[in-house]
Amino acid sequence: MSNTSHRHYPAKPGDVYLFATCLVDQFAPEAGLDTVRLLEREGIRVHFPEAQTCCGQPAYSSGYPDEARAVARQQLDLFPRPWPVVVPSGSCAAMIRHHYPSLFADEPTLAERARELGERVFELSEFLVHVVGFQHNDAVEPCTVALHTSCHARREMGSHTTSTALLRGLPNVKLVEQAHAEECCGFGGTFAIRHPDISEAMADDKVQSLRATGAGLVVSADCGCLFNIVGHAAKQDERAGNAKPTLPGEHLATFLWRRTGGERS
Amino acid sequence: MSQTVHFHSAKEFADRTRAAVGNPAHRRSFRGAMDFLQAKRAAQFPDPQAFENLRTLGEAIRRYSLAHLPDLLERLEARLTANGFHVHWAETAEDANAIALDIARRIEARHVIKGKSMVSEEVGFNHAMEAAGIEALESDMGEYIVQLAGETPSHIIMPAIHKTKQEIATLFAERIPGVDYTEDVDELIRIGRQVLRRKFLAADIGLSGVNFAVAETGTLCLVENEGNGRMCTTVPRIHIAITGIEKVVEKLEHVPPLYSLLTRSATGQAVTTYLNLISGPRRSGELDGPEEVHLILVDNGRSRAYADEQMRATLQCIRCGACMNHCPVYARIGGHAYGTTYPGPIGAIVSPHLLGLESTYPLAFASTLCGACGEVCPVRIPIPELLVRLRNEAQALPTANAPVRGRGAARRMLPSAVWRGWAFVYGHLKTYRLVSWLLSRGRALSPANQGAWTASRTPLVPAPKRLRDLLKEHSR
Ligand code: SF4
Repeated sequence: MSNTSHRHYPAKPGDVYLFATCLVDQFAPEAGLDTVRLLEREGIRVHFPEAQTCCGQPAYSSGYPDEARAVARQQLDLFPRPWPVVVPSGSCAAMIRHHYPSLFADEPTLAERARELGERVFELSEFLVHVVGFQHNDAVEPCTVALHTSCHARREMGSHTTSTALLRGLPNVKLVEQAHAEECCGFGGTFAIRHPDISEAMADDKVQSLRATGAGLVVSADCGCLFNIVGHAAKQDERAGNAKPTLPGEHLATFLWRRTGGERS
Repeated sequence: MSQTVHFHSAKEFADRTRAAVGNPAHRRSFRGAMDFLQAKRAAQFPDPQAFENLRTLGEAIRRYSLAHLPDLLERLEARLTANGFHVHWAETAEDANAIALDIARRIEARHVIKGKSMVSEEVGFNHAMEAAGIEALESDMGEYIVQLAGETPSHIIMPAIHKTKQEIATLFAERIPGVDYTEDVDELIRIGRQVLRRKFLAADIGLSGVNFAVAETGTLCLVENEGNGRMCTTVPRIHIAITGIEKVVEKLEHVPPLYSLLTRSATGQAVTTYLNLISGPRRSGELDGPEEVHLILVDNGRSRAYADEQMRATLQCIRCGACMNHCPVYARIGGHAYGTTYPGPIGAIVSPHLLGLESTYPLAFASTLCGACGEVCPVRIPIPELLVRLRNEAQALPTANAPVRGRGAARRMLPSAVWRGWAFVYGHLKTYRLVSWLLSRGRALSPANQGAWTASRTPLVPAPKRLRDLLKEHSR
C-alpha cells in the first residue's frame, strides 16, 4: 500500500511487452486487442509472449501460496528484454509489482528477478499518461460515463488518477463520479464466491450509486470489477424484464480506442 | 462473556452475515455511521503528506516499542512499582480474571464500576465477576447501553453503534425503574449519568483500560471523552487497570504523536475531552485518588504473535477503529456478525492469536483485500498482507509450534485439489492452451447456473476467440 507515489517513468520506448491477464485472454480479448491497437498507434511495437497465462493472484489471495508461486514462476521468464510490461489491469499489475517479490522471498535469485520485473510493470492508463503522453481527438457525439477503479489499481498502482486524466482528456465525454467511488465493488476474486451475500450487498450498492449518476456507461480498467458490476446490473435487468442493458460496461482500452477514432478490423 | 466465540464454522459465520446483510434498516444505519466517521476523520487529515509524516512517526514508535518489548516491560514494571503500583502478569484470560478476583475478595468488594476497556471484554471480565457474585457495571455510555441490553459491543470505539435512538429509548424505559420513554438524546444521557453517579460512589473498585503505558516514567495514559474514566480511576478506593502487554512505549514524548493519531483516526477529534495520566495511588496529603492501583498486563496469545516477524505487526495496533470505519465488509455486516470481541479488520488479524484459528479462520477470509483498512491505519499495519498470511496459515499443513494456534484449521481436501488443478492448468502452457481453447469453443455449453456467481450476476461466458487467437489474426 501507499506504493503509488514517486514512480520513475521511462521515455517512450520502441517496444513493450503486453501481459494481458487470464480474464482478458479468455473473457474480454477485445480489451487486449484494443490495448495493442492503442499502443501500436503510438508507434510502439507490442510483444505478446505467448507462454503467458495468469499472474497467480487468484491462488495468492485465496491463501494458496504454493499454487500461486507455481503459476507466477512461469511468468517470470517471459520478459527477458528490458522493455516495459504493460498490463490492462491494475490488479494484476499490482500483483506482479508489489506481491511477486514477497512471494519469492525464499529464493533470492527469483525475488531479485521479480523485483526487477516489477520495476517495469505498468498499468495501461498509467503507461498511456506518463510514458506515451496520450492525446487524440475525441468522437463528436457526447456521452456520459462513470469510472470504476479497482481497489488494487487505486491503492497499489495509483492509477485512478491516470484513468481519470485519460477520460477528462476527451472533450465530448462527460465524466461523472458516483457516491463512494473509492469503495470496493465486492468482487475480491474468490471472495465473490466464498461470501456471495456480502459480495452481493456491496455490488448492489455499487450499481445503485453508478445508476444514480445517470451515466450511460461504466468504464473500468479492470475486468474483474467490470464483470461483477455489469453482471450484477444485467441480472437486475433480467429480473426487471429490460431487453437492453441499463448499465453497460466497457474496458478503458476499448472505450479509448472507440472514442479516438480507432478502426475496427 | 466475550471470550466465547459465537460461531464455530464457516457456515455459522455465513449464516450470521446473511442475516446481517438481509436487514436493510441495519445496513442503512451502519452506512450512515460509517460515512459520518469517515468524514470526521478525513477532516482531521486534510493534508495527505502531513498524515503520511505523522503515521511514519507513529509506526516508528510502535515498531521501536515492540522491538524492545521485553526490556520495556521490565522497566515499566520497575518504574510502576517504584510509583506505588502493584503490577500483575496474566498469561491467559483466566489468569487475568483470577488476579482481579483475588483483589476483589481481599477487600470483600461487591461493586465494580468500569471504564471502557476492550481487554476486559477480551478476557470476559464481567462474566467472571458475576459468577463470583460481584456486580461489574459499565460506565461508558455506549458500554452501559450494550450491557443493559445484554449484548456485546459491536465496535471497539463506539460499542452501541448498532443501536438506534429509538431502541435506546425503549431499552431505558424498560430496564431503568421510573424512566419514561424519551427520544431526546440529551435527556437519555442525563438519565444514564444519574444512574451512574450513584454507582461511582458505591463502587469498591474502579476498572479501566490503558491506551499507553510509559516505561520511563511509570505512567498509564487513558484517553476518553465522558469523564467516566477519570471517575473510575479516582473515586473508588481501588483502581485496577487492565491492558495487553503490547501497549507499552518507552518515553512520555512517544505519547503525543500516538495520541494525536488515535483521536483523529478514531473519532475525528483533534483532542479528546480527557487525557488521564495516572502515576500512582493517592499520596499522603492528597485529597483524592485511590488507595491502591493495580495494573494487570495480559498476554493471552500476544507473545505467540510477537514471535513471528510478520505477524508481530499486529501488535502495533493502537485500537483506533479506523480500519473498521472504512471497511466495506464491516459496513455491511456490522460488528456482531464477526462473533469475536474485536470485529472488523483488526478483529480478523488479532483474534486468531487470542483464540486460535480453529474458531476464527472465517474472519481472515471475510475481506475482499480492498486495502481500505491498510490505507487508513495510523500506524501502517499491513492488514491485507496479514489477512493473506492468515489465509495461508489456515490452509497450511498443521505443524507443532506453528506461529499461530490452529494452523491448518481451514484445510479441506476438495478446495486444495481444485487449486492444485488450477495451478496445473495455468502453470503448464500446453494444458492452458488446450483448456482455454476448449472453453472458447465450447462457450455455447457454458452453464447458466454458475453457483454463487450467478446468484446475483449473469453468467460469465468465454469469448469465441481468445486474445492469443485474435492477436495471431491481427499480426497477419
Ligand atoms: S489496526 Fe490500525 S486502523 Fe485498525 S484499530 Fe488498529 S491501529 Fe486502528
